[in-house]
Amino acid sequence: MAVRVTDATVAEVVAEAASEQTARIVSTVIRMTGDFALAEDCMQDAFAKALVDWRRNGVPANPGAWLTTVAKNRAVDLLRRAASESRALRRVALEPEEPGKPAGPERPMEEVDVDTDDRLRLIFTCCHPSLPMDARVALTLRTVAGLGSAQIARAFLVTEPTMEKRLVRARAKIKNAGIPYRVPPADRLAERREGVLAVLYLLFTEGYSATDGDSIIRRPLLVEAIRLTRMLVELMPTDTESRGLLALMLLQHARSDARVDTHGELITLESQDRSLWDAPAIAEAHEILGDLPPNPGRYELQARIAACHATAPTPESTDFVRIAMLYSVLWGIAPSPIVELNRAVAVAMSQGPVAGLAILAAITGLDDYYLLPATRADLLRRLGCVGDAAVEYERALDLAPSDTERRYLGRRIIEARHS
Amino acid sequence: MEYMLFVCTDSTAPAWDPADDTTGEWVNDLDARGVRLHGDRLRTPVDATTVKVRGGELSVSAGPFAETTEWVAGYDVINCADLDEAIEIAAQHPMARYGQIEIRPMWPFE
Repeated sequence: MAVRVTDATVAEVVAEAASEQTARIVSTVIRMTGDFALAEDCMQDAFAKALVDWRRNGVPANPGAWLTTVAKNRAVDLLRRAASESRALRRVALEPEEPGKPAGPERPMEEVDVDTDDRLRLIFTCCHPSLPMDARVALTLRTVAGLGSAQIARAFLVTEPTMEKRLVRARAKIKNAGIPYRVPPADRLAERREGVLAVLYLLFTEGYSATDGDSIIRRPLLVEAIRLTRMLVELMPTDTESRGLLALMLLQHARSDARVDTHGELITLESQDRSLWDAPAIAEAHEILGDLPPNPGRYELQARIAACHATAPTPESTDFVRIAMLYSVLWGIAPSPIVELNRAVAVAMSQGPVAGLAILAAITGLDDYYLLPATRADLLRRLGCVGDAAVEYERALDLAPSDTERRYLGRRIIEARHS
Repeated sequence: MEYMLFVCTDSTAPAWDPADDTTGEWVNDLDARGVRLHGDRLRTPVDATTVKVRGGELSVSAGPFAETTEWVAGYDVINCADLDEAIEIAAQHPMARYGQIEIRPMWPFE
């Protein structure tokens, strides 16, 4: 039964359907035609028709099925028009169901057979390593998350035509380079899944690092990143790394309200008001993580480190021994000077500043990273070497990437000089 | 789909180890499966000649068209299902370990 509603409600229902159904619709039409770009055109066409038709005839009982049918019919029309001899049409002809029927809310809806594999295929196609990273990100947002290209363009601070061009180029490459619409085989899954998670985490950090000025346009990236990662977890329930990434996002996001003060100034972890942390999100992350698996991955480990912080009622009660241990394991699978820097902090907290400084002294390859001298300065300050600390803070100030960090370091320099 | 594999050198790769030269097996396997259409080694850029015609005038010069540290050492044309299969095939070539391989889809005439 169709439900009659106001125009404004129709627009809302269509927007909601876009975010929930885009991936299903596109993947169904790709399965039918093997043509990624065609599937996207048909999907957009279906949403445009929905805006008109649902206002006139009411919202169908199953909007997703309605949209999918309209998109499929559009695909058949376009292919018939393009070439009756085309290979793609022959593939459509082999489809078991009879696609030519006109769609309308009054007609009985065919059951849309969309299994989870279809959406997984779509994600792996959009995140194929042969596509440039910016294209993967844009395509994932457009095709899997169902965001409009105008919104994606705003979030990445480019014009809409630029973003459109990027999307067109990405779709063309999928076709021209022969990027398959497929979940990689088991022996390649781990590598390729890593690429998908990298896209999702990049989306998250883009949204998370948004400051006051641009948070309205970039915050949706964070929301989409969490939603898509949830979807991935649902599609690959046994994959601990996807679960780890979801937990990591939830834990980081749980602290967002506490990390800047009312003036937009940075508040370090130990000075944050822990009552502002999102307790239900932390609890959910905890549940997702469960027990430490035998071979934890990098996101899993980062999530567990974040969980150690998130579950400590006070900074002093943080389990830094465990954090240092987790960083050692992380170093074993993903060695980087940043991991070593973080381990130095955890060791300093559990064993004292001298042990931390010894680890810092051995770090190479971080010469331009402001947190290295800033950390050294913090540890020197704790040892009472305020003069040396001030010198290191100055060094950090020169390397700091933004005004927020520079102001924070400036305050520390004044403190060190006056203590 | 048809792909050209450009078998290239890479100055950052480990030194070529003749004991690890599996090119013969690689070629035989692909030929047996009917995947490889043709391919060959190329002489080094020292033996290259570059030809240009500008304003109707022929210019012939020595060497490759661009000075690069990486150069094409050979090529193979393969016919396989999709890019992922081409990647798997390229990954099996010994020069994937001692150099690098660029996969380019053919641009068919419409």
